[in-house]
Amino acid sequence: MGLVKKSRIKSPWVLHYDCTSCNGCDIETLACLTPLYDVERFGIINVGNPKHADILVVTGSVNKRNERVLRNLYNQMPEPKAVVAVGACACTGGIFKDCYNVLGGVDKVLPVDVYVPGCCAKPEAIIDGIMLAASKLEEKAEALKEAKAHA
Amino acid sequence: MDIVILKDILTVAATIILAPIIGGLLTGIDRKITARMQSRSGPPILQPFYDLIKLLGKERLIVNQTQMMFALGHLFFAVAALAMFMLGQDLLMILFIMAFSSIMLIMGAMSVRSPYSKIGAQREIVQIMAYEPVLILMVVGIFLSTGSFMIRPLFSDMFSFGKPLLYDLPLVFIAFIYVLTIKLRKSPFDFSTSHHGHQELIKGITTEFSGPQLAVIELTHWYELVLFLGLITMFFARPVWIGIGIALICYFCEIVIDNISARMTWKWMLQATWIVGIGVAMTNIIWLYLK
Repeated sequence: MGLVKKSRIKSPWVLHYDCTSCNGCDIETLACLTPLYDVERFGIINVGNPKHADILVVTGSVNKRNERVLRNLYNQMPEPKAVVAVGACACTGGIFKDCYNVLGGVDKVLPVDVYVPGCCAKPEAIIDGIMLAASKLEEKAEALKEAKAHA
Repeated sequence: MDIVILKDILTVAATIILAPIIGGLLTGIDRKITARMQSRSGPPILQPFYDLIKLLGKERLIVNQTQMMFALGHLFFAVAALAMFMLGQDLLMILFIMAFSSIMLIMGAMSVRSPYSKIGAQREIVQIMAYEPVLILMVVGIFLSTGSFMIRPLFSDMFSFGKPLLYDLPLVFIAFIYVLTIKLRKSPFDFSTSHHGHQELIKGITTEFSGPQLAVIELTHWYELVLFLGLITMFFARPVWIGIGIALICYFCEIVIDNISARMTWKWMLQATWIVGIGVAMTNIIWLYLK
């Protein structure tokens, strides 16, 4: 079992979804893929396919239009999975919080595991957040197994 | 007689166990070298194994009943082709079984309703159209050169052919290396699915495979990789260690090509492969025939 646990931490595949971000956090997220930060050294791959992903990285606040898309993406990901909210907007809704069409942060729609604050969040912080989410995958898998045993 | 059968069984068992280890390590080294070429530090060498084990531990998202069967069929026929190669069976038969393995993957991708998966599968069919004639011509060339479709076991004391086949089939070998880029899903021919991140078809043919199914497909790639490097070894195998060295050099060249080229369109690939691949292989065969 230790091997699967280690592999989960060592190989978090990321799906990046831009809700209503101003693109600041997206640029910082994509900066993580560049040679300077090189997230592949942690085994992180930006897969762009919910069915292959372990971690959903969301930037920007959730509004009434993209809530459906966000839920759909999350539901297509196989367990165990985690959600990382990147940036002030994804954490709380940020400066768009009081807009008539904005629901707020990602946690209004999905169970968020890691909040990465900042406007925009620094690439180092984003990598830290993804690695923290990866270390949480194992306990999520355990909880899932227990829930299944009780059901 | 019994000892011969026992030896065969041991060869097959060793192939099934060792091939994925070699294939996985080579894939890891591939990713490391690729990263270094892009001035990144890259993942650890064991990264493909972490990916595989993680995928095996994921939830089974069942899209339909048959998808897993096709993925397993893809694996089974690839393993069968490699085992036959190591036992020194009929080369033509090995090619057909390899084609069967690819067809299984295509059927699996076609069995779902995702347009990405379907277009990926159609592109895979185009790829097969492109490389299969060249592979068949390679076998024809080997037949003309040796008078038989049979290959002897690679690691038997002496390789069956008196001299390396390369002396007779240099152009066929070049055509084979060309086609290998398609088979290994390297740029510029990685359009049915790609090993890295995004492409216009999400992940193309593997889009709808997830968790354990994707792990099975990844495992199949490792077996295929070993089989192809084995085929390169066959051209040079005297002594076999030089063959293995040259196979590794060819693999390194594939990595370089992967890194210096962008993805082309399927039309370009079909034209280029048919004109260059078939043309070069045919020239070699005509020369061999006249000799």
